[in-house]
Amino acid sequence: MPLLKIDKLSKSFGGLKAVSNLNIEINDGELIGLIGPNGAGKTTVFNLLTGVYEPTEGSVKFQSKDMRGLKPYQVTQSGMARTFQNIRLFSDLTVIENVKIAYHQRSSYSTLSAFLRLPSYYAGEEEMQRKAMELLKIFNLEDKAEEVAKNLPYGEQRRLEIARALGTEPKLLLLDEPAAGMNPQETHDLMNLIRWIRQQFNLAILLIEHDMSLVMGVCERIYVLDYGMIIAQGTPDEIKNNPKVIEAYLGEEVV
Amino acid sequence: MGKRINRQSVLTLVGVLLVYAIVQGSIFMDILPPFVALTLIQVCIFIILATSLNLINGITGQFSIGHAGFMAIGAYVAAIVVVKFHGPLLLALIAGAAAAAVAGFLIGLPTLRLKGDYLAIATLGFGEIVRIVFLNTSYVGGASGFSVPKTITWTWAFWLTVLSIIIIRNFIKSTHGRACISIRENEIAADVMGINTTKYKIMAFTIGAFFAGLAGGIYANYLYIIQPLTFSFLKSFDILVMVVLGGLGSLTGSVLGAVVMTVVSAALSGWPEWRLVITAVLLIVMMIFRPKGLLGTKEFSLSFLGKKGDKNASSKD
Amino acid sequence: MGSVTEQVLQQIVNGLSLGSIYALVALGYTMVYGIIKLINFAHGDVMMVGAYAGWFATTTLHMSFIPALLIAMTVSAILGVLIERIAYKPLRNATRIASLITAIGVSFFLEYGGMLVVSPQMRTYPPVFPDTIYNVGGIIIKYGDIVMIVTSIVLMVLLHGIVKYTKIGKAMRAVSFDTEAALLMGINVNNTISATFAIGSALAAAAGVLMGVYFNTINPLMGIIPGLKAFVAAVLGGIGIIPGAMVGGFFLGLTESFVSGLGASTWRDAVAFLILILVLIVKPSGLFGKNIREKV
Repeated sequence: MPLLKIDKLSKSFGGLKAVSNLNIEINDGELIGLIGPNGAGKTTVFNLLTGVYEPTEGSVKFQSKDMRGLKPYQVTQSGMARTFQNIRLFSDLTVIENVKIAYHQRSSYSTLSAFLRLPSYYAGEEEMQRKAMELLKIFNLEDKAEEVAKNLPYGEQRRLEIARALGTEPKLLLLDEPAAGMNPQETHDLMNLIRWIRQQFNLAILLIEHDMSLVMGVCERIYVLDYGMIIAQGTPDEIKNNPKVIEAYLGEEVV
Repeated sequence: MGKRINRQSVLTLVGVLLVYAIVQGSIFMDILPPFVALTLIQVCIFIILATSLNLINGITGQFSIGHAGFMAIGAYVAAIVVVKFHGPLLLALIAGAAAAAVAGFLIGLPTLRLKGDYLAIATLGFGEIVRIVFLNTSYVGGASGFSVPKTITWTWAFWLTVLSIIIIRNFIKSTHGRACISIRENEIAADVMGINTTKYKIMAFTIGAFFAGLAGGIYANYLYIIQPLTFSFLKSFDILVMVVLGGLGSLTGSVLGAVVMTVVSAALSGWPEWRLVITAVLLIVMMIFRPKGLLGTKEFSLSFLGKKGDKNASSKD
Repeated sequence: MGSVTEQVLQQIVNGLSLGSIYALVALGYTMVYGIIKLINFAHGDVMMVGAYAGWFATTTLHMSFIPALLIAMTVSAILGVLIERIAYKPLRNATRIASLITAIGVSFFLEYGGMLVVSPQMRTYPPVFPDTIYNVGGIIIKYGDIVMIVTSIVLMVLLHGIVKYTKIGKAMRAVSFDTEAALLMGINVNNTISATFAIGSALAAAAGVLMGVYFNTINPLMGIIPGLKAFVAAVLGGIGIIPGAMVGGFFLGLTESFVSGLGASTWRDAVAFLILILVLIVKPSGLFGKNIREKV
């Protein structure tokens, strides 16, 4: 069984079909790209997967479990995490608080032991602190743990958002244009980071990206979305030479 | 971190004991004017009200202006337990708080889907409905009020206030409190981080209502009589002003706001119009020039008395 | 004619009178909300100020109804613009909650500042109209009922004309639809917002004068409850939607007079708030509104 199986997924807003008849399969540990021109419906796919939107038709199976009707938090709890195209950090909180919130769903102590500060409160908080610091260390953010998130430079905010998503301990990570707004050097570093995350955390990644070099460089398989439909799929080499893709990206250079 | 008892908590404990002892001493020596005694108890009541409202408005970011409704429920239920069933004070207070919490849960369930000003206006409506229900219930005296013996002492009021603050603070500084804060910061991101936002909104609302009910119970058992008019939306606004003044999201700010506003009100009690005009101007000027309140979301601490190195520990422990 | 039918018709007459007040006040709420997304809590108090201006014009200045009405509307219009410029304008980019708190502050200021200026005691409106009572088949229609309903309908028609056909009306609709785009199209947003406050406040003042004439007495806190109820009416009709406010106002007026007619007048306010909560829960966009959701 694949880790994620999207079957004939469709979404209409009023009369507009944003996504139609979408089929995607992702196996354990795969790194998959989802590309397409502006307005092709890529982010809508993420919103459908994570329960932000309710699909009009079709089904999503994750770890063989039907995801229909699940709320975003339930989707996350079942092992799917995401980042946003426009960064959505808890911007007035510190870096470490951002990550601790991601660990909340795995927290071990009850409200009662929080009220009364029972031993399980201290144990739970210490464990969270330790795990959050470990994660920040991996992302080179441990020195900034106590800094307020909105004061971080843009690139670090992106990294923090990925770190925070990993804090939910996902099996599948959805990255929505992680390289948006980054310069080539930062994009290059990000590419290495994404590869490394996949191995280190033993998870699958679905990546939405505009930056062709990033997608072609890291993804094993790529789906191309245009007007809400998959127009091509395959390895980076196959995609590069696919006339349909070139047509969809007319004017844009496919590396 | 790690250290469970630090300089900060020791200093706070000493301060708390000192305040209690000074007041209790002057009561014992009979040198405390009745007016001051009344004001002190009111300060306690308003501290509980303001900190509990802050949990809803400041920490969780859900704008409620119906707090007087929960206070009323707590007051009336506590009064009924004492007067009609001759129950002990502690039981009455718990029953009042629990009833308010149940009401908070029930009203929160449908209304917390609403956002911002819509939620505000719905909670205001709820508070008024509660008041009108008591107004029309002859079992509790209707408009003329409900007489309750005075059994609350300074000791009761003070320690219940301290207990309330500690419990609310413990909640806020736990993973559950952080879940609430994440909703305030960015509800969509919180949801996607696996936080059951509905659950935590309702939890904050219920806990807030519980303590408002407790404050109501203390009020009922101190003031000899409770009347529906006391719990009008003007009372909710009073509490809101304290929270906003101190800083939405700052517990110590709420304590400060409650103390300042109650003392100012008491001082201006002979000129009620002036009191409200000043409050109004203060509120407007505050929103324009310092919309985050005196303390913002920060906590006031005594750590400047201690070593400099304690700075982080005191604000983030 | 059975007495039940008579009673029902009687309550309809009363309800329409009351409803016309709510409708006039609700229009101001809805216009302001439509344009700057603010629940102008002080709107009921602007109505109170209008009522006092009208009272002053009829007693001290011995004016008749129409001139007094116009004076009251002018005073409140100026007040509305001042409130917006002084208190709300600096907060246009602040959170909605900050604006809401400010509005509560302005409301307090008008109520208790008003008490300081005109004293908390009640004032009696002079009998501006004859006490004529028409008995139409057992239904009692006061002269005041007719004035109330006619005045409010005339004003609403006037408002409709302004919003639909004048330049400023078009500007108001443009700003409420998309403030930034309106700005880019060269619309003077500040003036448009001021005009909205002026018109809304003038309508509230008219409601205030009508209330004074109809119920005879006024006091500095008279605006609170009708203000809240008018807000309920605005939400009921779909806040930001002008015809919605009118329908909501009349609906609420009728509901209230039927609740009173059933002998439950002490529950009147509770019913209004219950309607509010139910509408907010079931259809927060109101009877005439569309649902919108946040883009992710």
